[in-house]
Amino acid sequence: MIADIKMTAAKPYDEMYAADGSVRAHYRSYADWLERMPRERIERKRGEADVAFHRVGITFNVYGADGGKERLIPFDLLPRIIPGDEWTALEAGLRQRVRALNAFLTDVYHDQEILRAGRMPSDLVLNNAQFRTEMKGVDVPGGLYAMIAGIDLVRAAGADGKGEYYVLEDNLRVPSGVSYLIENRKMMMRLFPDLFSRYRVQPVEHYPDLLLETLRAVAPEGVLDPTAVLLTPGAYNSAYFEHSFLAQQMGIELVEGQDLFVKDDTVYMRTTQGPRRVDVIYRRIDDDFLDPQVFRADSMLGVPGLMSAYRAGRVTLANAVGTGVADDKSIYPYVPEMVRFYLGEEPILNNVPTYMLRNEEDLAYTLAHLPELVVKEVHGAGGYGMLVGPAATKAEIEHFRQLIVAAPEKYIAQPTLSLSTCPTFVEAGIAPRHIDLRPFVLSGGKEIRMVPGGLTRVAMQAGSLVVNSSQGGGTKDTWVVG
Amino acid sequence: MLSRTADHLYWMARYTERAENTVRMLDVSYRMSLLPRNNGSSDDGWGAILAISELTDAYARSGRPLTARDVIEFVVLDRDNLSSVWNCLRAARENAHAVRGTLTAEMWETTNATWLEIRDMTPEKLQVTDLGEFFEWVKFRSHLLRGVTFGTMLHDDAFQFVRLGTFLERADNTARLLDVKYHNLLPQTESPTGTTDYYQWGALLRSVSAFETYRHVYRDVITPYKVAELLILNHAMPRSLHACVDEVNDILGEIANLHSAEAARQAGELHATLHYGRMDDIFDTGLHPWLERFLERINRLGDRIGDNFLVPVAA
Repeated sequence: MIADIKMTAAKPYDEMYAADGSVRAHYRSYADWLERMPRERIERKRGEADVAFHRVGITFNVYGADGGKERLIPFDLLPRIIPGDEWTALEAGLRQRVRALNAFLTDVYHDQEILRAGRMPSDLVLNNAQFRTEMKGVDVPGGLYAMIAGIDLVRAAGADGKGEYYVLEDNLRVPSGVSYLIENRKMMMRLFPDLFSRYRVQPVEHYPDLLLETLRAVAPEGVLDPTAVLLTPGAYNSAYFEHSFLAQQMGIELVEGQDLFVKDDTVYMRTTQGPRRVDVIYRRIDDDFLDPQVFRADSMLGVPGLMSAYRAGRVTLANAVGTGVADDKSIYPYVPEMVRFYLGEEPILNNVPTYMLRNEEDLAYTLAHLPELVVKEVHGAGGYGMLVGPAATKAEIEHFRQLIVAAPEKYIAQPTLSLSTCPTFVEAGIAPRHIDLRPFVLSGGKEIRMVPGGLTRVAMQAGSLVVNSSQGGGTKDTWVVG
Repeated sequence: MLSRTADHLYWMARYTERAENTVRMLDVSYRMSLLPRNNGSSDDGWGAILAISELTDAYARSGRPLTARDVIEFVVLDRDNLSSVWNCLRAARENAHAVRGTLTAEMWETTNATWLEIRDMTPEKLQVTDLGEFFEWVKFRSHLLRGVTFGTMLHDDAFQFVRLGTFLERADNTARLLDVKYHNLLPQTESPTGTTDYYQWGALLRSVSAFETYRHVYRDVITPYKVAELLILNHAMPRSLHACVDEVNDILGEIANLHSAEAARQAGELHATLHYGRMDDIFDTGLHPWLERFLERINRLGDRIGDNFLVPVAA
């Protein structure tokens, strides 16, 4: 079913230039501006951006590198532009997908109809390490589990040279990156105000507002004026800048586990004026660390008794505990099926065709085609534990072959997508670099909302397909225009 | 506000103030060491600098000779010396980092930029740095942070905790400075009301930016008695013990909670000591024992504030 889809076109789809080298319509005004812009001025602006990002401290910590030093994420000055109608279609697809994912989570923690209907293998869900039995039968406000979802999209050239969007993965646990989306926009407006008079770029800076509304909308029933907090692992976490940024923008407290305590199934924070009740926790800590009494006993980051208060419905966690079972790579191939099963609709967004190596047929095919495929660890994240066949050495391929044979169920494989490219400022001038897109989808109350576009990540190395910031990826401002 | 947030703000301010007062001391001693003098004191007061910050033993262990360059390097840069200027500015920045969402952008950027600038300072670089300029820079950064704090931060509880840290630290630092310098400068035989080395006492005043203030207040020659009076009892002199305790006392009134009555009582008592105190009585007790007792009380108050506001036990 997969082999006939030609996803590895020789020439990737470029966001700015058509195959014949002409500039696409939505980039024409930009190209015109760029042509008149002296290179020195761009260079100077790039320097300005670096200084500003450093001074503001928009940094992240790379695990394992230089003893966890703070680094800047490379910011590219050339925007990624998405035409408005293209975004409208994507937005509808994202809404649909997130609705289905939340319906799936409600289902697997309650009646498990999708399993009983035989639409996906039960053991995939029930034996999944991310399936939290602690959540069985627990009702969450609005039936919402993934209030904040980061859906990674890529675009690949179809056979006709047209770019097709695919969902690469769903991030339903603690997706990060939205602060860069906002800061990138601020930076672009500061550096190139004249560009914004050429384009009607849809604004994104109101994201914290939408997020705050979302958090307040999912407060436990009966709480009229809910107190929300953002729970961070602390200042040494790689995404700390974002935690502090969002808390500040929303005007809510940025708390660490030690700031909270639970008494009589109620969560309080320790303030200089005594204990104060907390109703909603936007937690940026993984399930495993939330409550040492229930999950990892050695966690210093969590709050003892939190799960008990949560299960009693006295506090809301966003996202809910146990969302990992819906964004696991082994579950991913079944998301289109979820859309059909729960919504009775055809999926708007494409999935990337995926080989499940737990199936013998898929395993045999994968082992025979390793140099062409991307192999991912089922529970991996952040670009760790992944093989990009076409870019790998023979030794790396052999190493992965052994890993796969030893535990095939731990891996999936996908055709190497030729991710779309976007022109990017590099040492030698302007060159195409591969990009992806992470829109942030907010579900709270009745509506599903998002700011137009999302975070565009760019692989700064020529030919590289890995856009993760932990692997040296950069970002671009993303414009939805018109 | 969160107790932990208050704690970070308080320590951010304390470390910044400590860095400032440390270079104030160094600056004056350094300038003094450039003057041609022959008063017989062999180490030009560098030993006293270490004594003020309770670093005498640590310095001895480091095996460095007691020269200006070595002491300055130790007090400014030594990574193992937890109260070195470098470590203070690092700690100030780390505390700010932990609560950057509570700070205004200007406050955070000021603290962060200060740290980024001193971070890569090495003994080799310090050798070729104009020390006077460097000391000015540290003071200037501290002034700047205080300025942006006043000019941009909402004057709410968070602001009060920043101020609380500043004044407790300053009270401690001024008392230490006075204690050690006074002891060193005042020969046993001389009475505190007599005149003495104009430059030495002038330097002490300059280290707390009070030289002109002294002239303005007393219109008289510099006597040790009046220097002590200015730095202890004058409530209008912003670095005096009285002024610092005034502020601490007021702030504790602003941020009072259900458990803070004892902290308020201690601050009030200390305030009364200074408000109604007389120099003659202080000298009767002996300046050194009096200052030692003051430092004890300030530290006890600091501990009490910690228990009541910053790291409270679970309710």
